[in-house]
Amino acid sequence: MTTNTPDTANDNKWIGKRTIRPDGADKVTGRAAYAADTTMPGMIWGKVLRSPHPHARIKSIDTSKAEVHPGVKAVMTAKDIVNFPIEKSVMLGIQDMRWMCRNVMAREKALFAGHPVAAVAATTEKIAAEACKLIVVEYEVLPFVIDVEEAMKPEAPILHDFIRFKDKPSNIAGTLEHRLGDIGEGFAKADIVIERSFRTQPVHQGYIEPHACLVSVSDGKATVWSSSQGQFMVRAMCAYLTGLPQNDIRAIPAEIGGGFGGKTIIYLEPLALILAKKSGRPVKMTMSRAEVFHASGPTSGSYSTVKLGATRDGKLVAAQGTFCLQAGALPGSPIRGAAGCAFAPYDIPNVHSFGYDVVSNRSKVAAYRAPGAPIGAYAVECVMDEVAEALKMDPLDFRLKNAAKQGTKAAHGPVYPRIGFVETIEEARKHAHYTTPLPKAGKGMLYGRGVASGFWFNAGGESSAQVNINEDGTVVVITGHPDIGGSRAATANITAELLGIDYKKVSVLIGDTSVIGFSNLTGGSRVTYASAMVVTQSTERVITQLRERAAKIWKIDPDAVVWENGEARPAGDNAGKFEPLSLGQIAAQASATGGPIGAGQQLNTMGAEGGFATHVCDVEVDPDLGIVRVLRYTAVQDVGRAIHPSYVEGQIQGGAAQGIGWALSEEYIFNKDGKLDNPSFLDYRMPVSSDLPMLDSVILEIPNPKHPQGVRGVGEVPLVPPLAAISNAVYDALGRRFYSLPMSPPKVLATMDMAAE
Amino acid sequence: MDIQYVAPRTLDEAVRAFAAAAGAGRILAGGTDLLVQMRNGVVAPGTIVDIKKIGELTSIEETKDGGFRVGAAVSGAVLREHAKLSKVWPGVVEATNLIGSTQVQGRATPGGNLCNGSPAGDSVPAMVAAGAIVTIQGPNGRREMPVEKVPKGPGRLNLEPGEIVVSFTLPPRGKGSSDAYLRMIPRTEMDIAVVGCGVSLTMDGGTCTAARVGLGAVAPTVLLVEEAAKALIGSKLDDAALAKAAAACSAACRPIDDKRGTIAYRTKVAGVLLKRTTLIAAERAGGK
Ligand SMILES: Cc1cc2nc3c(=O)[nH]c(=O)nc-3n(C[C@H](O)[C@H](O)[C@H](O)COP(=O)(O)OP(=O)(O)OC[C@H]3O[C@@H](n4cnc5c(N)ncnc54)[C@H](O)[C@@H]3O)c2cc1C
Repeated sequence: MTTNTPDTANDNKWIGKRTIRPDGADKVTGRAAYAADTTMPGMIWGKVLRSPHPHARIKSIDTSKAEVHPGVKAVMTAKDIVNFPIEKSVMLGIQDMRWMCRNVMAREKALFAGHPVAAVAATTEKIAAEACKLIVVEYEVLPFVIDVEEAMKPEAPILHDFIRFKDKPSNIAGTLEHRLGDIGEGFAKADIVIERSFRTQPVHQGYIEPHACLVSVSDGKATVWSSSQGQFMVRAMCAYLTGLPQNDIRAIPAEIGGGFGGKTIIYLEPLALILAKKSGRPVKMTMSRAEVFHASGPTSGSYSTVKLGATRDGKLVAAQGTFCLQAGALPGSPIRGAAGCAFAPYDIPNVHSFGYDVVSNRSKVAAYRAPGAPIGAYAVECVMDEVAEALKMDPLDFRLKNAAKQGTKAAHGPVYPRIGFVETIEEARKHAHYTTPLPKAGKGMLYGRGVASGFWFNAGGESSAQVNINEDGTVVVITGHPDIGGSRAATANITAELLGIDYKKVSVLIGDTSVIGFSNLTGGSRVTYASAMVVTQSTERVITQLRERAAKIWKIDPDAVVWENGEARPAGDNAGKFEPLSLGQIAAQASATGGPIGAGQQLNTMGAEGGFATHVCDVEVDPDLGIVRVLRYTAVQDVGRAIHPSYVEGQIQGGAAQGIGWALSEEYIFNKDGKLDNPSFLDYRMPVSSDLPMLDSVILEIPNPKHPQGVRGVGEVPLVPPLAAISNAVYDALGRRFYSLPMSPPKVLATMDMAAE
Repeated sequence: MDIQYVAPRTLDEAVRAFAAAAGAGRILAGGTDLLVQMRNGVVAPGTIVDIKKIGELTSIEETKDGGFRVGAAVSGAVLREHAKLSKVWPGVVEATNLIGSTQVQGRATPGGNLCNGSPAGDSVPAMVAAGAIVTIQGPNGRREMPVEKVPKGPGRLNLEPGEIVVSFTLPPRGKGSSDAYLRMIPRTEMDIAVVGCGVSLTMDGGTCTAARVGLGAVAPTVLLVEEAAKALIGSKLDDAALAKAAAACSAACRPIDDKRGTIAYRTKVAGVLLKRTTLIAAERAGGK
């Protein structure tokens, strides 16, 4: 159910329409080609040998037995990968190649159980696996640390001797600070001050498609088929890590089975490339689900402390937050999202927000949907609930009273333009969900309701598009972004709208690195936003050409031609009397009027303004079993403009579902040897569909003034509020607050029993 | 290594093939455990003996005395379709139907569930509560054993080499008798029981006259909890009797702390489930 479906009764024919997704039929019939679906003649299989130890110095690696094993075609170690010395940072986006080269294959040390130490390519998967066992690695096993609080202690085992904090060896690899006003003065004015600490566990993005690739190298040129959140990222990282120039690598994006940020980096592609180069054969590599869990990046576990101060009339006067995030084996945890987004929804004059990036012996963190922001919002929004309660204020009224608006200066820097945060709270407050009373406790069950809000930066960045008019008047649009959230359908809606033609006449394709210009990652909720900009500008240039062609046919001035409803028409009576020319008619005469019609645009897009959401959640708690079930869930979000509402709802629902898993059941569990104990979907408990109620999404459209269609990013905000919304609901049901996630049944029961004693 | 696959039509052939393969042989029923274990490299059988083509193992019959004989390789979906069995032994059927999903139900069997040897198998506590007798056939002929005697420890059974579980015999039911099964899983489906509890009982004028309790996932094997049954028998299933039976269940637990549940959690939940399962069984039996 969707309430408040955006008003499509405006002039738009396609923008805002629930057009049929172009990838749908292929996906439901199993024809869509994902990364593991491509094969080649002569193809062989690569396998990775992984460290069994969470922390060990690699003293030697002897691959000689594996190399002579029948069927083995190539063996590689870190020696085959370009080394980026510790002294000099080389950045690609947010990734530092010093860390990437050590992440794809352990160099000096194995830093987590599952860290690759060597790889083999052989004629069958089985032989490759056998050969891995023949590689002799001599380890000096070292003490390890996984938990973020433990890793920050002075006596903790140190992962990297090159990391120093306050002049001492440390696991604190970096910090980030936002300051606004003076919190000392602010807290002095507060009538109510509440400070709490919170813990979250690492959680995985849980994409259904494991990492996979096929790489072929011939005549020194490599072709990479893989599923990722950016073929240009794949190309650039492979170039860095193998030393090939970018023009010798062609990265072809496969259909992608989910990424959620986790496929903004690579694991297998450079290994397969090196193995392919060494063996002269195409090499395919796939991860098992267990490998995905052990060795790809979940997001950080965290330890946060948040302190809020408010005056008796309900105005926030000061806020302080410390967010310690587990980076995994190498630096780079999303402290910017945690410390930057945490207080962003509110107009608070005095703010101090501080983030610690902490390395520890688990796999290197990868982006996960609004990286870091859910962690920060969890702590802040739970304390908001406590402050509202102490003030005897409705939690939504309290948020409304402090909501950021146009002109508010945020602690992370910007002064907001027109934003829609207030509207999300007002909408939630009057929504039937919020005005309907909870079920009465009974049959042993308890009920509670919670609310929370959230913010995500959103992103612009580089995008390229090409719009070509075919000879028959149909249209092909090529963009450079893998489509994860429906960007092909959204792009087709926009192109059809601008050209004034039927949606079915527009095909949108994703170009590989050799056919379209540089396009940055599908991430940061940026693709529909940025694609819309380059596609709009390309299409506008095409329309200019179409007008010129009609003018040429009519022998009048192009300025005297307008483009309306898919046709060229004389601008007025003065222009002369001509029958309109359709796109098809102009296309048919293209050769005679100047050649093929088409245009491209490449931009570094700006103006992706932040997104806000407010969520309401009802839970049912079985206090004797400790089971929390979400009964009703409503997510209200300002999306700027919903180009394709079904996809927008899908994003909102998906984010809420992942948040429910994070809050209630998902966690990395490490055994006493530092190895992940639950590397499967059986024991890493993502919610299944029967665990979830219908997730209701309310789309608000407060257009982004800096975008041609008013688009704001959509995909990440929905994962920001759920952790706190659910925690607050559980408190409402049980009268006890939980300060750590997940609120799994044993934890809930233990807390209840403690309370009873 | 090559795997030999045989699908005999008779039990004798199956026993022979299984015995001949010695340690390298594996019985295949639905395969929902076996194939997963092969894929994960936990087992690597040389010979697979598929028992789904054998009539006696894939049929459900009423016995002369009014009980049922359920073939070990009957799938959960077929079990559910049997109207009379579902009416007389609703707990056994619901427990078996909890295994996996719709897809898994088309394959998974009670024989496989028992012989996989997991203390968390869902159908096993219900079978234990039901007092099912297992028929076994091996190179030395046929024998019978109460179902609770089959498991020896996690993944280990009290079966001799070459022995195959043929069927489960469920006794006839008198008036006022029924059964139920509940499990605790953190999710609503696709999960492994953290605790499972089966209760079978007979009610006569509001008094419980017979009861059996099976508990899963709280010890190395599924348990028959006689102390809990004793606490129920002779009572009107009042709060005191239920509390006593629940305490007996908790006392019987010898669980482990693992990723699926803590010792404290399992111990407490065993008692909670006992109470809830008993009340459902009593309701089905015609009320307290
Ligand atoms: C997705 C999924 C979900 C699952 N969910 C559950 C669940 O909720 N609850 C649960 O209890 N289990 C669950 N399971 C496990 C499994 O489905 C059950 O244990 C099922 O009952 C096994 O039956 P099967 O016929 O498939 O066994 P098989 O895999 O065919 O056999 C299991 C073992 O028993 C042996 N065996 C089978 N039949 C006999 C026989 N007649 N005599 C001697 N040995 C025999 C086999 O050699 C093998 O070692 C799940 C499995 C999957 C894949």
